[in-house]
Amino acid sequence: MYVAVKGGEQAILNSHKLVAEERRGDAAVPELTLNQIKEQMQLAVDRVMTEGSLYDRDLAALAIKQAQGDLVEAIFLLRAYRTTLTRFGETQPIDTAQMAVRRRVSAAYKDLPGGQILGPSYDYTHRLLDFALAAEEGVGEPEAAVADEAVDDSIPRVTDILNHEGLIEEELAFGDDGPVADLTREPMAFPAERDMRLQNLARGDEGFLLALGYSTQRGFGRNHPFAGEIRLGEVAVEFVPEELGFPIEIGEVTVTECQMINQFAGSAERPPQFTRGYGLAFGHCERKTMAMALVDRALRARELDESIEYPAQDEEFVLYHSDNVEASGFVQHLKLPHYVDFQSELQLIRSLRRRHDEDHREAAE
Amino acid sequence: MAMLSSPGGPAGIGPAGIDIADLKPGLGDPVHDSQGIFRILLEAMARPGKVMQFEGGLDAPTPLDVATTAALLTLCDQDTPLWIDWIADTPPLRGYFSFHCGCPLVERSQEAAFALVSDAENMPRLALFAQGVDQYPDRSASLVIQLSSLVEGPATVLRGPGIRDQTVLKAAGLPDWFWNDWRLNAGQFPLGVDVFLTAGRSIVGLPRTVVVEA
Amino acid sequence: MPQTDNQTAAAPGAGEGYNFAYLDEQTKRMIRRCILKAVAVPGYQVPFGGREMPLPYGWGTGGMQVTASIIGLDDTLKVIDQGADDTTNAVNIRRFFARTAQVGTTEVTEEASIIQTRHRVPEDPMTEDQILVYQVPQPEPLRTLEPREIECRKMHAYKEYGLMQVSLYEDIARFGEIATSYSYPVMVNERYLMSPTPIPKFDNPKMDDFPALQLFGAGREKRIYAIPPYTKVKSLDFDDHPFRVQQWEEDCALCGAEETFLDEVILDDSGGKMYVCSDSHFCGRRRAEGHVGQLPDTAAAAYAAAVGAQEAPDGDAAQAQGEGET
Repeated sequence: MYVAVKGGEQAILNSHKLVAEERRGDAAVPELTLNQIKEQMQLAVDRVMTEGSLYDRDLAALAIKQAQGDLVEAIFLLRAYRTTLTRFGETQPIDTAQMAVRRRVSAAYKDLPGGQILGPSYDYTHRLLDFALAAEEGVGEPEAAVADEAVDDSIPRVTDILNHEGLIEEELAFGDDGPVADLTREPMAFPAERDMRLQNLARGDEGFLLALGYSTQRGFGRNHPFAGEIRLGEVAVEFVPEELGFPIEIGEVTVTECQMINQFAGSAERPPQFTRGYGLAFGHCERKTMAMALVDRALRARELDESIEYPAQDEEFVLYHSDNVEASGFVQHLKLPHYVDFQSELQLIRSLRRRHDEDHREAAE
Repeated sequence: MAMLSSPGGPAGIGPAGIDIADLKPGLGDPVHDSQGIFRILLEAMARPGKVMQFEGGLDAPTPLDVATTAALLTLCDQDTPLWIDWIADTPPLRGYFSFHCGCPLVERSQEAAFALVSDAENMPRLALFAQGVDQYPDRSASLVIQLSSLVEGPATVLRGPGIRDQTVLKAAGLPDWFWNDWRLNAGQFPLGVDVFLTAGRSIVGLPRTVVVEA
Repeated sequence: MPQTDNQTAAAPGAGEGYNFAYLDEQTKRMIRRCILKAVAVPGYQVPFGGREMPLPYGWGTGGMQVTASIIGLDDTLKVIDQGADDTTNAVNIRRFFARTAQVGTTEVTEEASIIQTRHRVPEDPMTEDQILVYQVPQPEPLRTLEPREIECRKMHAYKEYGLMQVSLYEDIARFGEIATSYSYPVMVNERYLMSPTPIPKFDNPKMDDFPALQLFGAGREKRIYAIPPYTKVKSLDFDDHPFRVQQWEEDCALCGAEETFLDEVILDDSGGKMYVCSDSHFCGRRRAEGHVGQLPDTAAAAYAAAVGAQEAPDGDAAQAQGEGET
């Protein structure tokens, strides 16, 4: 045919072959295995599971391999697969107070029941490239020492401690027994309640939430945050089968939880007290959960009678633009042919220019 | 859970103690049958007044006709509360829809996404069903009204989107007030209910846009 | 909880092992109910629980979900993008349905029972036995004037379209004409303001009193809307500035058609160009019938050179033709 963009199926198939070849890279280098990705790229796997909304380390590793390490593409792959899965039902809410904690830090108290547990963290690494990791023979089998004493079985959450004094708002369900919103099954409607907002943020792009959370710290919707607590560990997942009528444990998941504590001056109805911002993610996603908690708190402006002036407080702005699968698709759809519309615009511009020229000629005469 | 798995999925809540053995079967081929039936429903809704026919085999439960049953089996599931009128509201029929669709059954007509009317003469007035709201007119009820005939009743002239010029519908067995109520229904557009009229294997769509001549 | 199982991990993207037409039955039922409501309230955008499709948002996921919910084994599907059957995205979507729904595909407008389109309405008239499914990037006609969903929804609810009228009138005041050449807003059944999708305004009049059912799917924005057959669709205008479609001084250089939407094809670096039908099937059929355009010699030479340089070794056109059978 007559225009270069008219590719046809052969071009598509050839393009896929090129992708496969590039993905494999130099054949002299051993091919990555899913286990290598799963075990040595855990944080990438965690992000893909979180934003892909599917807790499955194997599939996330596969998606990362298939996407050549492009995490947004991997998230898309996982989402598209998730859509096709059968729903068995809803689990009970996880109880992070019962978490098998591996890391727990609070910026609000120096010491507290359960203690500060630094756990695995990049926080105090010196960001110097570690050339030992580049060595041909690898790093061997590094091992961390085991503490003499076990971590407490059950570590109270900082927010629960504050709650005893009534200094922080209570964490209440919305007062209805209705089902929790699920934006993968029903479209968002506005105003959006907190269940839908939190689900949206949990699936939202880490970079987008990071920038928005940061903007609140810089004054675009200041909300005086303290990192009340960040905890990482394993929690049990329970499910109530219809035929049993009581919960049984069906597995455990690793989650990161962040509870931000924010100052609140009070309103006509509410006394001055601390308010909450909440972040939760699969795996170890600390930056994401902290940013999520900041944005969650900012989005509560309507509920707390605060003025809505900044992007992070604007729920339509945040919720409609947080999803990187949607955003990536729509930004990149601009590379699809638009030549019918462009032709229409060409005609219009030519017509407008003719009129412009005529007007100028008349003005000059 | 697996044994009782219905097309609507395990979330479907049926009254306890459905006797599976006595239930009539649903669609023989859920995927392709429901696709074919949907296209008939779509054509009916897109071309109001046009009498469409269901061809496939379906063993409809008493007192329902094939068209009535096919429409509901195709459209209802756990997300669509179903209201059933008093004549059809029998344990076997409740069991049938609970099992095959998993749809919640509601007592109040206002709460229904779908309503099954088998006794049209005594059906509730149209205003007693969900009409939608200004910003979401789609949140309104769809009624399936089973009649004795769609071709042998008094003639009603229909106009509106989907109809080229005009068409004549001859539905038999509608209550006296029906077309009067229908004018009120159409008059509050975009709010209002949408209706499928059925008889035997035939079905006609009456979207809220249909205007009837006085 | 999804199973973690390496055996099933091969499934994504493989195409096999998925339900007919990809979507699960519960999703299809939900979409089907929305389509019926969309038909009952012409031009109103019904929110639907849009699913993630295995193609990117913005690439036709809404149209695909609508098509997947209506298509059956007896259907014959045609897919066009910019009016052409052989653009990569059209080929890709047709391939998707041939693979997941095993339906017959065609490039011939009159043979299709369902036509999925992006940015064009076919030149050939459509019939009552056909359905036209539009891919919709942005369903909200008011969005460019009012970004907020809450506000737009109110305007539709109370038929307050003054903002749009003012905007169009400002165009006239400033440019002497309405400076919208595609996605030109229409009123459906005298009630709802509707985006016709980014079709050129050339195609707007075809939508009015159209014999076929027209369905619109916006995947990313999660909206479905419809125009039933024989429904009044009016492009917004003013008494002193009536709506007018694009016109070309040229005819199609290939088939000589005088009243089709034409693509401008650049032939060389020195301003050489020709115009050809955007509807590739329409143009091809006319040429087969013996119609010829006035392709000038110089242009013909440049065109031949361009095609020669760009043609794939085994011929794109042949591949696209044969693709339906695979």
